[in-house]
Amino acid sequence: MAISVKVMKRPEAGRTSYMRATLKGMSLTFKHLVRPQAATLEYPEEQPDLHPRWRGTHRMEVHADGRPKCVACGLCPTVCPANCIRLVGGEDDQGVRYPIVYEIDEFRCIFCGMCQEVCPVEAIHVGHHFENAEYERDRFVYDLDRLMDQDHSTTLLWDPSDRRSE
Amino acid sequence: MTPIEPGFWFVAAGAAKVLAVFSIVMVAVAYMTLAERRVSAFIQDRLGPNRVGRFGWLQPIADGIKNILKEETMPGTASRFYFLLGPALAIIPATATFAVIPFAAPLPTPKGAVDMVVADVPVGILYILALSSLAVYGLVLAGWASNNKYAFLGGLRASAQMISYEVALGLSLIAVLMMTGNVTLTEVVRQQQELGLWFVLPLSLAFVFFVVSAFAETNRLPFDMPEAESELITGYHTEYSAMKFSMFFIAEYAHVLTASALMATLFFGGWDVPFWKGDNMFWHDGALIRGFDEAGAPVLAAPSLWITLATLASFAAKTAFFVFLFIWVRWTLPRFRYDQVMHLGWKVMLPAALGYVVLMAGTMLVLAQLGVEFGLRYGLALTGVSGLATLAFFFFLDRDRIVGGAHAKRKFSSGRLASAAASND
Repeated sequence: MAISVKVMKRPEAGRTSYMRATLKGMSLTFKHLVRPQAATLEYPEEQPDLHPRWRGTHRMEVHADGRPKCVACGLCPTVCPANCIRLVGGEDDQGVRYPIVYEIDEFRCIFCGMCQEVCPVEAIHVGHHFENAEYERDRFVYDLDRLMDQDHSTTLLWDPSDRRSE
Repeated sequence: MTPIEPGFWFVAAGAAKVLAVFSIVMVAVAYMTLAERRVSAFIQDRLGPNRVGRFGWLQPIADGIKNILKEETMPGTASRFYFLLGPALAIIPATATFAVIPFAAPLPTPKGAVDMVVADVPVGILYILALSSLAVYGLVLAGWASNNKYAFLGGLRASAQMISYEVALGLSLIAVLMMTGNVTLTEVVRQQQELGLWFVLPLSLAFVFFVVSAFAETNRLPFDMPEAESELITGYHTEYSAMKFSMFFIAEYAHVLTASALMATLFFGGWDVPFWKGDNMFWHDGALIRGFDEAGAPVLAAPSLWITLATLASFAAKTAFFVFLFIWVRWTLPRFRYDQVMHLGWKVMLPAALGYVVLMAGTMLVLAQLGVEFGLRYGLALTGVSGLATLAFFFFLDRDRIVGGAHAKRKFSSGRLASAAASND
């Protein structure tokens, strides 16, 4: 889908032929006209191929019993450069830490994916999803339940031995 | 077949023609905007509007509704009367010009044959010249009344450009007038049928001048100086919105349509179907005839609905081709710089067109002296002379001899550019 860029050789002034250049240009545009090589993606019908490392809407991984994997360590709100994660951690009677409040403001988020990289238990992820339009601004603050409900695939972390994610 | 008698049916036929031509022109203009967007999209490897209806067929209707519903803005500092007058003055001449263009062979009706032209006025070409230059008043008034410096510059450029190219346009038409000896457009079509050659061959250079001037007159790229988005926002219609803007838009496309129809009529035989004598018909002594036999007696023509439809299709195809040419050129060529436009108009087109008129007049005089009849040989002789003139003109215009950037020329002549280019490598 990439559009190749062709660097044109410019002739010197005085050696330019406007007539031939015009005709050449006309034939070039005509070739494109009769053989359209549309670079347009007809979006709602056709979906773009997202790269494995494409970073979109967040997703919270869950345990088999439905609890969030998050242990409320506080690393993601610390590392977040946009300061968009609000985390209030708690501890249950067995001493297991869990998030009481876990909210991500998708408006503030810059989708750098550092929360995913820093997470020690691979709980918070960014994922392959971008269609998150809403009618109200409040709806862009995703709470824990909403993050756990997301079902899109998650972003592949960068692997230095596989630089192109192949 | 006799012409329709003046009376009720004459008026009814006239009214029907006005109504039909006006609505067809308006619909054609609407679909030209769609064609422009689709063709430009394909040229640029895009898809263009394809969502409203199948292939975007309903897009012009959606655009029309949008333009009617949008807010009409009126700048506080604008001159109200002239601001409102501008779009009206732009659209009226643009739509009125089509009235004199014959678009098909006469249609037989029970009341007599009806000429397929709204008004076959005896001053046809002069009427077109008058109305097409009248259109610039709309742009100038709009530019001035907006009280906006970009709009004002656009209006100024429109007037300067219109004056510069009107001269070359007129001179290119003189060659046609010399061929026909008449300014009626129906007569122009008839002469081309009689000659057996379309005027584009015997008057090839006049056609080139006419096309270039027509592009300038309609303010289309590469001559869209009055709009020049990258320099003047949108030029004369910067301050206009909604339907008033739409009227300028319609005027531009109506001009393109009229210019295309004129190219077809003046140089490509109008509604003449190529290589077919059956559609030749013209009025002679109140009768529709096909031509004259050896004895000089008129041969009656047999007009029919089919001939009318075939000639109409021929005319539509020719016009559509030139409309396509307008679109094609627009999305290929970059805009001239302003001094280049003036340079081309005054220093190239005007003297060359003048010289061409003299050359053609001389050739016609020589042919008349030699006693060559108006016919195929006459046409071929002119084609030869004209073809040589065209080749000479293009040879002269080619290779940066005339329209070059002043800056590049200066640098080149002093040899600095060559050394600069060498050091860049």
